[in-house]
Amino acid sequence: MSTLPTAAPRHPAEADAAEHVSVDLAEQSVRELNAALHDPAATATRWTVTHPRGLHSIAVGVDREVRVDVEGHVGYYFGGMNKHATLTVSGSAGQGLAENIMSGRVHVHGDASQSAAATGRGGLVVIDGNASARCGISMKGVDIVVGGSVGHMSAFMAQAGRMVVCGDAGESLGDSIYEARLYVKGSVASLGTDCVEKQMRDEHRRELAGLLQAAGRTESPEEFRRYGSARRLYHFTADNSKAY
Amino acid sequence: MPQQNQTAAQVRADAVPGPGDHGLRESATFDRATIHAIQRAAETGVYDIRGWGAKRRVPHFDDLLFLGASVSRYPLEGYREKCATDVVLGDRHAKTPLHLDIPITIAGMSFGALSANAKEALGTGASAVGTSTTTGDGGMTDEERDHSDTLVYQLLPSRYGMNPDDLRRADAIEVVVGQGAKPGGGGMLLGQKITQRVAEMRTLPQGIDQRSASRHPDWTGPDDLEIKIGELREITDWEKPVFVKVGATRPYYDTSLAVKAGADVVVLDGMQGGTAATQEVFIEHVGIPILAAVPEAVRALKDMGMHRRVQLVVSGGIRNGADVAKAMALGADAVSIGTAALIALGDNSPRYRDEYAALGSAPGYYDDFQDGRDPAGISTQDPELSARLDPVEGGRRVENLLRVMTMEAQTIARACGKSDLRHLEPEDMVALTLEASAMAKVPLAGTDWIPGTR
Repeated sequence: MSTLPTAAPRHPAEADAAEHVSVDLAEQSVRELNAALHDPAATATRWTVTHPRGLHSIAVGVDREVRVDVEGHVGYYFGGMNKHATLTVSGSAGQGLAENIMSGRVHVHGDASQSAAATGRGGLVVIDGNASARCGISMKGVDIVVGGSVGHMSAFMAQAGRMVVCGDAGESLGDSIYEARLYVKGSVASLGTDCVEKQMRDEHRRELAGLLQAAGRTESPEEFRRYGSARRLYHFTADNSKAY
Repeated sequence: MPQQNQTAAQVRADAVPGPGDHGLRESATFDRATIHAIQRAAETGVYDIRGWGAKRRVPHFDDLLFLGASVSRYPLEGYREKCATDVVLGDRHAKTPLHLDIPITIAGMSFGALSANAKEALGTGASAVGTSTTTGDGGMTDEERDHSDTLVYQLLPSRYGMNPDDLRRADAIEVVVGQGAKPGGGGMLLGQKITQRVAEMRTLPQGIDQRSASRHPDWTGPDDLEIKIGELREITDWEKPVFVKVGATRPYYDTSLAVKAGADVVVLDGMQGGTAATQEVFIEHVGIPILAAVPEAVRALKDMGMHRRVQLVVSGGIRNGADVAKAMALGADAVSIGTAALIALGDNSPRYRDEYAALGSAPGYYDDFQDGRDPAGISTQDPELSARLDPVEGGRRVENLLRVMTMEAQTIARACGKSDLRHLEPEDMVALTLEASAMAKVPLAGTDWIPGTR
């Protein structure tokens, strides 16, 4: 283990040591961590981050196949716009977890604040605990698996991707939803405008089983119900005025 | 004599014998456009959606005049003495601020709202004179990146097409909180323009009527915005300037809060600013004129000691070099044009008179940008219509307009004895109307009086 590398290792012996980098955010800044993660010359594939202390924008804009394990709680926008990387958080995450994630995987073992995986376009976001309001807002292709419950207005304007909720969903689930698919095991406080329950067919059970497995969950697809768009608001007409 | 607030149609109607000549009186309250709007609403049951910006008359830069040189102030020689036009945007925090040769940029307009040829023409025209263009609510296309030397990438509530690769290949990032045509409203694009390519860029089903978010999905309020800007800087390693664009509503507070949140540049868009598709009621009744907004934004910057350190870019009704000079004399560092650039490309040209007529419109009136049937090939995704706009010729016309506007602004600045456009100051101007005097905070012409000051 070594501290932050600023350039490619000079000797092969150092290369081995650099494969696993440890960064203590009590000693080094988020700026230094992100700069090192973005550095095209960096070779480490495994990073451990300690003392995150709820700091914002940790490990944002990573664009390579690395694993970053954070020991503690993170603030806003952890893993924002992630590509390729696998990121984990042992604690909880603040607002906008993995916002606009493109690919890779972000796994939070605790809870996540509001707007988790907002506008995500690909990859997988796993939250073992609960997610707050607007989980998956404007999602555009990301897969989200929440072990607990999600707050109100989750999957608001969800355009594409899949969201799995192993607990309950708050009010107005999937309001103004487009083509995203939602799976909820528990209760749904209320469905948002144009969101309806849909039939679970074999293809959906297969898809859900794959998502649960990818997230390390043990629930059975049989326990879930599916929700999606009624597609009644896809065109502006006078008859829709009461829907809003 | 046509009155100042008459429309071109009314002027024309006056020229030929009509009901008015027989002593009939038209209502000022229920004028022809109002009557038509009521009839249309009654027939269709939906509100009117259109393009363009506010069409009503509002106090504007036309209501200001420059004083020029006199006994006490001497002018610069028009063709010999230098009058600088270059401007640096975003040197507060960014490692690579924008260096523009002229202080007139192209405002954000999306591929989707505009054709690919129109975007290309705007890019080549702006690049030829050393200024920037801006993406819009639909992501960045390879074509616009290739044709724009300096490209500002917008981060909008919808986040259509948003991705970190485009953030990294942008020259600046603009967090869009609102636009002058519809402060508080989200994007809108009707099904006719959601072609397969536009749909894919926005992750939407083809042909639907797009309803976009008006609030950002992952931040609310100025404290969150500060953290959001921090994230964008971290993703791009603090290289790019971060702009914050607001529609003109409460410019003093919006400017203060944007600066507090860490903006390098504040973009302020007045109610005359254009749109590709918005409810008519929104365009005409929400937001304030740019003339009223600029002095308040400048006051906020001065109160924070940030005037010129955080640059102010203003837009919404900028049409010529006089508007550029007046906006800058009020304290702006640069301006943006949108509608004027589209007109340069051929929008509302008399050459399409017959085709506008077939669409129920006329040159000078066409505003159905939402419809996708633009005969000029600008606000359309139809391949045949788009092909009518030659991007090379269009780029040359945009280049010409930008050059003319710059030279006009220099003409005025030299007359006021200024060797840099940014040396223009409110003291160089007077107002023609009480309203403009109160808003711009320059004296009513021929007096030393500014309403509200004593």
